[in-house]
Amino acid sequence: MKFSISELRSLFIGDKQADRVVPVSGLNAQLTLFAAGAMAFLAVFVLALSLASGRLAARWGDELARTSTIRIAAPAGELAIQTDAALRVLETTAGVESARALTDEEQQALLSPWFGAGIDLRSLPVPRLIEVVENPSGFDAESLRLRLAAEVPAAFWDDHTRWHAPLVQAANRLRLLGWIAIFLIGAAVGAMMTLAANMALAVNAQVVVVLRLVGATDRYIAEAFIRRFTIRAFIGAGVGVIFGMLAVLLLPSAGDDAGFFIGLGFQGVGWLAPLLIPVMAGGVALIATHIASRRALEALS
Amino acid sequence: MLLYSYGGGELLSDISIRLAPGSFSFLTGPSGAGKTTFLKLCYGALLPTAGQVRIMGNDVRNLDRDGVAMMRRNLGIVHQDVKFLDHLPVADNIALPLTVSGRQHEAGDADLGELLAWVGLNHRAAGLPPELSGGERQRAALARAVIMSPDVVLADEPTGNVDWEMSQRLLKLLIGLNKMGKTVLIATHDLSLIRAVKSEVQARVLRISNRRLQWAGANL
Repeated sequence: MKFSISELRSLFIGDKQADRVVPVSGLNAQLTLFAAGAMAFLAVFVLALSLASGRLAARWGDELARTSTIRIAAPAGELAIQTDAALRVLETTAGVESARALTDEEQQALLSPWFGAGIDLRSLPVPRLIEVVENPSGFDAESLRLRLAAEVPAAFWDDHTRWHAPLVQAANRLRLLGWIAIFLIGAAVGAMMTLAANMALAVNAQVVVVLRLVGATDRYIAEAFIRRFTIRAFIGAGVGVIFGMLAVLLLPSAGDDAGFFIGLGFQGVGWLAPLLIPVMAGGVALIATHIASRRALEALS
Repeated sequence: MLLYSYGGGELLSDISIRLAPGSFSFLTGPSGAGKTTFLKLCYGALLPTAGQVRIMGNDVRNLDRDGVAMMRRNLGIVHQDVKFLDHLPVADNIALPLTVSGRQHEAGDADLGELLAWVGLNHRAAGLPPELSGGERQRAALARAVIMSPDVVLADEPTGNVDWEMSQRLLKLLIGLNKMGKTVLIATHDLSLIRAVKSEVQARVLRISNRRLQWAGANL
């Protein structure tokens, strides 16, 4: 199925007189508009979810892929010595871009979700954490592990991959599910438009007979229906997108403790993405109605 | 030789005829003889089982649906059971052949008004088809059939639903078209109509009987 530029132009611009040859069905028009609008509203949310999942996966991937943590679990009197020893090992390890011990305040912030904000770390046997950032070429993990074991017995190395990989994978899966949901919404719009177009053609079988009698080609008849349903889907989806974007905009703002929900919605040029939904709805309606009308006209011949 | 069968039975057989350009012909025969079938074969609504139907040089069997539609733009067709788009005004219905062929701008309001006056429907232009009487519907159908200035006009029982006076008026309109050079073929079972106008037009009278086409000549 191909449409040339001139065909698409004539399809959308149409002809006022030609548009009148098919009677308007109020209920059919309203249902089509509503269905397109409702689906577009849902599509905005799924798109927001999908984009947010993508951002989350990218952020987790970028931030954690090149970092690791060394935990120094030593008695209070040896903690500083072991920490300094570990930092010295790291300074002389090729591939380590930076290494630093977290301050008491940073460790306190990390533990506050479990112990509350007013915790005094000195009263607890809390290990010291060292954040390690590797450079793009990376370091020999096994060699570092052996050196730490030999020179800093109280050090335990955690390269984050054990727990961040499943999170990134989950976020990527969520994004994939979002795109699948958008595809299904598009398919549902196509199915609804096909049903509506079939119904409209069946109801207007007599109109088709008259039009054929006076010399109307199948293409002329089909275009009258295609144009109508395409425009309805476009307008309905446009209204649905406006309401969907307003709803996303009015979502409660996520605080620092909001976890996953941080960033749910659109950011920057991402706000332009929902504007493609009406265009896609119109395109889906155009193709679905084109196929449905051709089949229906074939059956009516 | 044209043959048309349906449901295992022959409806028309051994038919061979050529309508000369500018001729005026009546097709007669009792109800159910096959007059409507013959006309449908002429405008591509049916395809012959065997034989060939050529309309202005086109073999109907070689045309797809769009080809048939294009051919019909050069044919004026009037049915006994006239069908209109009931949601459109009478004037728009009459202009429908121009609309579907993208030529609606070619006929101005004056031309349409002239056509409406010719069939006596000026006062009904803005009305809807369901508001028309039987005779008015037939005249509107005639106006719709000729608005594209076709070379051939096919009329199937055009006077079937109207009184004698109106049927005479419709026939005079068709005779007027023939005098403009159009080829006219009228299917009717009413021989009295033919007798009433035979002094006004040089008409050929054909008769379908026993599935075959015969010359009726002057023996009406």
